[in-house]
Amino acid sequence: MTFLSNAQKVLRQNIREYGMYIALFVIMTIFTITTEGVFISSRNISNLLNQTGYIAVLAVGMTLIIVIRHIDLSVGFLAGFLGAICAIALVFWKLPLLVVIIMVLALGIVAGLITAFPVAHLKIPSFVASLAGWLIYRGAILLATMGTGTIIIPNDTFNAIGNGYIPDFLGIENFLPGVHKLTLVLGLVGIVLFIMGEINNRRKKQAYNFEVLPMDMFILKLVFISLLVGGVTWILAGYNGISWTVVIMLIVTAIYHFVTTQTVLGRHIYAIGGNPEAAELSGINVKKIIYVVFGSMGLLTALSGILFTSRLQSATTTAGSLFEMDAIAAAYVGGVSAAGGVGKVIGSIVGALVMMSLTNGMNLMGIDISLQYIVRGAVLVAAVIFDVTTRGRGK
Amino acid sequence: MSHPILEMKNITKTFPGVKALDNVTFSVAEKEIHCLVGENGAGKSTLMKVLSGVYPHGEYSGDIVFEGQVQKFTSIRDSENIGIAIIYQELALIPEMTVYENIFLGNEIKSGITIDWNETIKRAGEVVKKVGLNVNTAAKIKDLGVGKQQLVEIAKALSRNTKLLILDEPTSALNEDDSKNLLNLLRELKNHGVTCIMISHKLKEVIEIADTVTVLRDGQTVCTLDAKKGEVSEQVLIKHMVGREIDNIYPPKKVKPTDEIVLEVKDWNAYSPLLGRDILKNISLKVKKGEIVGLAGLMGSGRTEFAKSIFGNPDGYHVSGEIEIKGQKQRRFAHPEEAIASGLAYVTEDRKGNGLILIQDVKQNITLANLEEIARNGVINGNEEVSIANEYKASLNIKTPTVEQKVGNLSGGNQQKVSVAKWLFVKPNVLILDEPTRGIDVGAKYEIYTIMTRLVEQGMSIIMISSELPEVLGMSDRVYVVASGKITGEMPIEQATQEKIMELAAN
Repeated sequence: MTFLSNAQKVLRQNIREYGMYIALFVIMTIFTITTEGVFISSRNISNLLNQTGYIAVLAVGMTLIIVIRHIDLSVGFLAGFLGAICAIALVFWKLPLLVVIIMVLALGIVAGLITAFPVAHLKIPSFVASLAGWLIYRGAILLATMGTGTIIIPNDTFNAIGNGYIPDFLGIENFLPGVHKLTLVLGLVGIVLFIMGEINNRRKKQAYNFEVLPMDMFILKLVFISLLVGGVTWILAGYNGISWTVVIMLIVTAIYHFVTTQTVLGRHIYAIGGNPEAAELSGINVKKIIYVVFGSMGLLTALSGILFTSRLQSATTTAGSLFEMDAIAAAYVGGVSAAGGVGKVIGSIVGALVMMSLTNGMNLMGIDISLQYIVRGAVLVAAVIFDVTTRGRGK
Repeated sequence: MSHPILEMKNITKTFPGVKALDNVTFSVAEKEIHCLVGENGAGKSTLMKVLSGVYPHGEYSGDIVFEGQVQKFTSIRDSENIGIAIIYQELALIPEMTVYENIFLGNEIKSGITIDWNETIKRAGEVVKKVGLNVNTAAKIKDLGVGKQQLVEIAKALSRNTKLLILDEPTSALNEDDSKNLLNLLRELKNHGVTCIMISHKLKEVIEIADTVTVLRDGQTVCTLDAKKGEVSEQVLIKHMVGREIDNIYPPKKVKPTDEIVLEVKDWNAYSPLLGRDILKNISLKVKKGEIVGLAGLMGSGRTEFAKSIFGNPDGYHVSGEIEIKGQKQRRFAHPEEAIASGLAYVTEDRKGNGLILIQDVKQNITLANLEEIARNGVINGNEEVSIANEYKASLNIKTPTVEQKVGNLSGGNQQKVSVAKWLFVKPNVLILDEPTRGIDVGAKYEIYTIMTRLVEQGMSIIMISSELPEVLGMSDRVYVVASGKITGEMPIEQATQEKIMELAAN
């Protein structure tokens, strides 16, 4: 009885946060049923995650941009343009891969800082500043691919970033054939680290005499998340294992989650979003933070461009169109508030997954693209309505 | 006295935790100029908002009788329709629109479904002439001075056949010539049958123009005086405005301030590019260790601007002058960050607007200005943060279930304590408190006073900006009076009286 009431209480207090996960779960279940299991198959889930990669990375950066009450429309074509630079540097300039990647990431940061300058110093609305960027990078990508058109990249290592999978142990092919062993091991290590981290955290809190979740809820949470991670790992291991795209997504998410929740920088970002004047008067350098946030957006845009170009194994003249809209939609679906100051990195990742699941699932069902757009629009509105109406409830 | 055009009977209006109007009765005769005076927070503006329908019927209790009819306004529109117009201190004109567009905004002259611009321009020209304004009505509002803008507001009101015109501090932003013109215009309007209610802090003006004066204090009507019978004089008004006895709500201080000067500002001037005028002129001020310095004056006199201009100047004024901390000359702080690093802290006047982050919780607000203290290599120790917030929760008696509560959910008094806690956590030498007890109840006020006393006993210095005279007199060791961006007087507390301060503040 107390178990049930505890569960109810925890659920009610966190309905907003869990809403997205529930939505994702419902969407996945529906598609699994309507596609007779094809959706949840190892091959499709692996494919789905790889498709999500380049948007998810953008959505992470966009989360922080929207949190500080700005917007960046230039990221789509910037990603495409930087992808083209990648291709040119590899194919025509024949630069080493590592140099190219570092150069493109650095260019991304510079592009972000350029967008930030008029926003921070001249108080130009970011909508306008980044709309200008949208036009400029659209022109730049055409310029870069002029004469060559689509540039095919024959570099296997580069193409593995968007298409390849982590290697498996050698010499034990006979044990669990068809299953990716290293993926299983990594999943298991992940679960163990998670459980240890949570227990450690709980001990520390108890040492300070702070309130912690009731023991049964705590165990429920551990079991639930472990099962979730274990399930995903098992599904991925059934195909080719974890892809490099997923590895990159996990690393980016981990870093940004840590920065936003645990560091002074993260706190300053959210303070500016919550009340820029109060933040300024509290000694926070608002201009500096605007540069940092747009710079990080540029970095992630470059990463997104690399992921996408690598996935296509080529740079095209239209690469990156509408990525910015997908990223913004993912952030809003993931619970980022347009009023600023509210939004989680992990939420936006889930938001990206929700949107990509819709596309993927409807493709499998053979639904026409026209209807797909309408459904995605409806889901976006529904998510934001849910978010607005549940705000202020719970704690 | 001719028969009343307006009677407000037993008006009571409460906000959460505060009774802003308590059984106020207010009566205005036809074709008179009736002035409404009182200290900041006495309830004048609230009363006018009730009258104009900003607070609709049902949000207050009592009756409004206009021209013999009981009125139940649901919005400003209702009051405008029967001939009541209110002109606020902050003008409600649209800068990018022309004079004629503004005058008929919301009251457009139509022919069919389109606006009849020719008729609009013709009628605008007529009404502008009526207020003695000599401008092309095609000029944009942003190109006119404040004085002319004010006249456009009045023209706008007249274009709607206003019978009762309410002006909230109409001359506070005007220079002397413009003020004179305005007062003359009001007299003329009176002769043409327009009744006028004017809220003003400038007592000389009130004496010059008023037929009748009503004094409000603490949300209650104190008295209504008739100028024709010679009942109105500056002394009488001041006495009625401040007339309350200072009860014993101020905790005694156990220590005297030392002679060590911790903060000195010399010849401080500031110019606001936004307003296009000087806002601070030649301010010099000293603060001693363990001292509470009161900065008295009316709203808009430049006290907040002074505090902000020394505290890193976030509003971008052009500032000149010197600042010394503990006898050491300092570069003027270019950002609040530098001011904080030099031991200043500033608790803002508007805690919701620029003090707190309402969507964040108590602990995040308390630690915001000094996160370095609880962080190592930029990583925040979350547990440390909670325990520090809990310490302040206990020591300042912040009433909240947990420090994870959102600040927006707390009462005004507790929000103020969070604000104070935030700035105590930066461990300042000089704490600037801007209207520290505005909008909070008596109990919370006493707690804030106790905290202040405790801080100066620990050797901190406090600059207290306050519009509440009893508070200034009850808490300060020394008082500066600020009026129109200048210091008009300085006195030790022993020599300060409410009357003296009011006189210096209102000149």
